[in-house]
Amino acid sequence: MIDQIETGARVNQEAKRGWVLVSVPLFYTILLMAAPLTAIFVFSFWSQDFLTLDTTMTLKNYREAFSEPLYAELLSRSIGIAGAVTLVTVVLAFPVAYFVSFHVAPERKSLWLFLITIPFWTSYLLRIFLWKVILGFNGVLNTSLQGIGFIEEPLTFILYNANAVVITLAHAFAPFAILPIFVALEKIDRSLLEAARDLGENAVMTFVRVTLPLAMPGVVAATLIVFIPTVGDYVTPRLVGGPNGLMIANMIQTQFLRLNNAPMGAALAVIAMTTVTVMALLLLAATRKWMRGGGR
Amino acid sequence: MLRAYVIVFLLFLYAPILLLPVFAFNSGTVIAFPLDGFTLHWFAELAVTKALHEAVVNSLIIAAVTAVISTALGVAAARAGVRYRFPGKAAALGLIMVPLVLPEIIVAVSLLVVVVQIMGWDLSMGTIIAAHVLICTPFATAILNASFQNLDPSLEEAAVDLGESRSSTFRLITLPLIMPGIIAALLISFTISLDEFIIAFFLSGSEPTLPVYIWSMLRFPRLIPVVMALGTILVVLSVLLLTLAEISRRRGLRRAGVKDKGGFL
Repeated sequence: MIDQIETGARVNQEAKRGWVLVSVPLFYTILLMAAPLTAIFVFSFWSQDFLTLDTTMTLKNYREAFSEPLYAELLSRSIGIAGAVTLVTVVLAFPVAYFVSFHVAPERKSLWLFLITIPFWTSYLLRIFLWKVILGFNGVLNTSLQGIGFIEEPLTFILYNANAVVITLAHAFAPFAILPIFVALEKIDRSLLEAARDLGENAVMTFVRVTLPLAMPGVVAATLIVFIPTVGDYVTPRLVGGPNGLMIANMIQTQFLRLNNAPMGAALAVIAMTTVTVMALLLLAATRKWMRGGGR
Repeated sequence: MLRAYVIVFLLFLYAPILLLPVFAFNSGTVIAFPLDGFTLHWFAELAVTKALHEAVVNSLIIAAVTAVISTALGVAAARAGVRYRFPGKAAALGLIMVPLVLPEIIVAVSLLVVVVQIMGWDLSMGTIIAAHVLICTPFATAILNASFQNLDPSLEEAAVDLGESRSSTFRLITLPLIMPGIIAALLISFTISLDEFIIAFFLSGSEPTLPVYIWSMLRFPRLIPVVMALGTILVVLSVLLLTLAEISRRRGLRRAGVKDKGGFL
């Protein structure tokens, strides 16, 4: 009896200490993220005429966003490009994660992961700029392909269009896709694979029926972690996208910093964010059967 | 076959940063093959560009302050997450990690609206630091989570049983054991802040950070070789910082007597 009361008191005190600790970073996140997101939502219902801000609530921005075909096109292009980037990145990343998890000696795994993550941490702007150098008319790729006589005329479909944006973003987000898939593969109990082989499945079927379903939580995490930020990428479309590769973030920036129409930019940001959130939730709902019990 | 694919993939990953030094030491002013000759001219030009030095100083100050604050917040979040049980824990910790997946442009414009349009404040280095802390805290928390998880709770209990107070236990036992994780978190946050462009682009007032300055240089073809030289130095520096962070993380694992399972994230 007394023991129980004492344990109860300790649990209460534990909970209090936990809350006191977590409240500091939590308060920071609420102040700097949740509050500004709420602000931008409210702001998107205001309107601005040159420098005067009108705080009457109106749907004007949303009406314009949905009736002006340019906005719809930019948003659907952003989602299309982000979808293509996600597909390319995850498909290219899976074999790499598989290799590190299944074919690299345990003591060397962290070295491999380190090697894979290094390019990701180094100068984001210059990496993108260098893709312009690589993919350009007189670029590294064209001159080398011409040099070995593989092509006669420089390839032009690889710069200043959506293809270039996809290649560049797939490069930038590769480690983001490899790491979650790797973690999921590491968690697979290797004896399950042996069991499948013992029961007569061949290597391919073992992969399809055991490894792949068990790796799905990692694949879904990789998909989200690549898709969500790429929809809002600004620099890549600006540097390598050309006029037909521009995305929604470029329009948001134009509204805010060039056209002085911040409420319109806010409305576009809200629409983009809502679309991405809905798509992410749909993906999570659609893949629920693989995620169950996937946590551990 | 798989090994060959992985090697090609690594080449693809490293292609841009391997090209940086190639053009940084090339005497031609156009960034294309064939190369002209060897030069150190572009590096020399870096030494006399004053605006660049100011941008570097701004960036270093922002990155250092960001690293300290986000690591401190990360310690609190990770400690609460690993050590204590309390109602609403998953939701609270989940919310702290959200900036990890939030597109940076959204962070940038929402803070821009609050600071400029609603509060009417001027943009400054402080606004950039505030935003950088927001995006670096999840990374610091993730790294420190691992440190706290590897910490044997019986060590702390022993210290308390032997008469240490809770704060002196934390200072004398916990802190030294998680120090490698703290150093790794500091270095990663520093590196992220130093390299961050979008938020700084939206929120910098009259004091550009290094990436914002580089962005302005990219518009002038004449300056591109200089940018390549600058990029080379930055790549070497960040590889150095990351190697230090990785060494520190591994030392932490050894100290805790845990097998290395790899990776920062």
